[in-house]
Amino acid sequence: MTNALEITDLRKSFGPAQIINGVNLTIPRGERHAVIGPNGAGKSTLFNLVSGLFAPSSGSVRLNGEEIGGMKPFLINRRGLSRSFQVSNIFAKMTVRENVRCGVLHSLGQGYSFWRNIGSQRDVQEKTSAVLEHCGLIDKANTPAALLPYADQRALEIAITIAGGAEVILLDEPTAGMSHSETDRAVALIEKATEGKTLIIVEHDMGVVFNLADRISVLVYGEIVATGTPEQIRNDPKVREAYLGEDVEDAA
Amino acid sequence: MTDMTQDYADLAPSASAKFYGRILPILLFALLVVVIPFLGPSRTMYSLLNVMAINIVFALSYNMLLGRCGLLSFGHAVYYGLGGYCAVHAMTFIEAGTSPFWANFPVFGLPLVGFAGGALAGAIIGWPSCRRAGTPFAMISLGVAELIAAAGFMFLSFFGGEMGVSGDRMNGPQLFGLSMGPVEDVYWFMAFWVVAGLLGMYAFTRTPLGKLSEATRDNPQRVQFIGYDPTRVRYLVFIAAGAFAGMAGGMSAVNYEIFTPEAVSLIPSGFVLIMAYVGGIGYFVGPVLGAVLLTFMQSMLSDYTEAWLLYLGVLFISIVMFAPGGLAGIVFGLAHTARHGETGTVLKRWGGQAAGIGLALAGLIVLVEVSTRWSNGYGEVFEPFGLHLTFTNPLTWVLIVVPFAAGVAILRRLSREEDPA
Repeated sequence: MTNALEITDLRKSFGPAQIINGVNLTIPRGERHAVIGPNGAGKSTLFNLVSGLFAPSSGSVRLNGEEIGGMKPFLINRRGLSRSFQVSNIFAKMTVRENVRCGVLHSLGQGYSFWRNIGSQRDVQEKTSAVLEHCGLIDKANTPAALLPYADQRALEIAITIAGGAEVILLDEPTAGMSHSETDRAVALIEKATEGKTLIIVEHDMGVVFNLADRISVLVYGEIVATGTPEQIRNDPKVREAYLGEDVEDAA
Repeated sequence: MTDMTQDYADLAPSASAKFYGRILPILLFALLVVVIPFLGPSRTMYSLLNVMAINIVFALSYNMLLGRCGLLSFGHAVYYGLGGYCAVHAMTFIEAGTSPFWANFPVFGLPLVGFAGGALAGAIIGWPSCRRAGTPFAMISLGVAELIAAAGFMFLSFFGGEMGVSGDRMNGPQLFGLSMGPVEDVYWFMAFWVVAGLLGMYAFTRTPLGKLSEATRDNPQRVQFIGYDPTRVRYLVFIAAGAFAGMAGGMSAVNYEIFTPEAVSLIPSGFVLIMAYVGGIGYFVGPVLGAVLLTFMQSMLSDYTEAWLLYLGVLFISIVMFAPGGLAGIVFGLAHTARHGETGTVLKRWGGQAAGIGLALAGLIVLVEVSTRWSNGYGEVFEPFGLHLTFTNPLTWVLIVVPFAAGVAILRRLSREEDPA
């Protein structure tokens, strides 16, 4: 079986600044993988390289065995990898339903069509509704996205990400800035929405990470210093020294 | 799980909401267009309405870019003009009647030629210019407009130089029994195409591409991550906008029977921007209102005052600064407060605002009219309501300063009441 994602010796530098220094990471299909690390470690850059926002300086990224490094984001997305953003990145002037509907379009073969009425595409409406229901946004379907409360905007961010039915989902700090109860709801949503899919998540909340992840990678200064199960990471002296400190004890 | 299943139709607006929100306004517009001739409008009125029809289609096509796709173009008249030139050339082919295709082509169908010409121009010019968005796109559109305007005086066989290209609309086969000669016949032609254009552009907003266009306007980055190329979206929308602009050009070719290089210049490009923005780019109907008002101002106000462009400028700046939603924003805002506010207070505030705007405008009008006459130096005097307002008359200055100051004071007071912070 091919792995969902294989990252080999991936490097990225901006001018003289080396942000990603030879990352190697293999994520099998169906795994929930968390990437943790201190601020500025390069976690978001790693996501940007994998999702196509930046082109790698060198190294390779393979999605289901196919090289995607340096591809345009929309081509990577069409191959089944979808991502969310750390800052809500939604279509602000459109309603929640329209936001999700845009996310659904390509997967249902709508292309750039201008000869079909979007309202009479039954499969589009049904999938949109299903995603909205899944993400607990169905009551707010006709609210303009810009008027949503913060936690709902984050949920919408996830809804747009999963709407296209991608098999590999990248979530960039989905619970950032949330209260405890909001975080619990978000985690429940993530678990439900990524069932049977490959999930890669960047997260600062250690409680979320240790609950959700099958395996964890620790990224420090653009390198992965350790990868393993939550148990292994918790007990890895190198990790504790480099980054986690007493946080791990608290989270456990 | 079974009882969780949603009735998915629930999410979409109900059939009656769709009818009242979408179909009814278009039916009313079509009805109005059909009823107008039975009210016996004058020839001047007919000519005005015909120009309005052209401008409605042109302004709506502009808003496909600005309002719906977030693309600010300073050169939209290029596609209007090129479409129009194609149509007027086709008109001469119809007149010549040498090719069987054109000999059997009705003048009534010329907007289709304009549509094709505008789409082709959009497809060629849009290919490089849609690779950029935002400010670079606006700059490129300005450059293209200058380029085509300059070409207008160079390529004489197509643009006809300063004389332009002229034709005669009373040739070829007749459609619907319209000889296309009298202005009343032209009205029915305009009526058909303005409704067709409006329907076409409204339908476009309801398609997947139309929705992706809005998504690209809101957040081009995210569009990339839902599997679409924003550059491709912009390019396709650009072609469609060019096509409808060309259609307006084709309507114009039939109306005036002549096209000159001025039609591709920056002046109509600026005018269409103002029409769309004054009308309200956030609403589909906005450019329609803008086109109606500005066409009216252009033809009527210019009879009363030579300073009408100055008033147009003041209107445009006021809309940009104080009512960015445009006329449509004002209308829908008033309708909203009328429905949700307390009638008494709402009426009081509207009255106050109307009085404030009226007073400030009165002061401004006196200033503009007195100074244009003074500056012309013909000794002409502004004499409203029998008053003799010369430049040196102290009363003149009282009538400028007092209403203007009073109007501004009222408006400031009202806005402070509304927002006590």
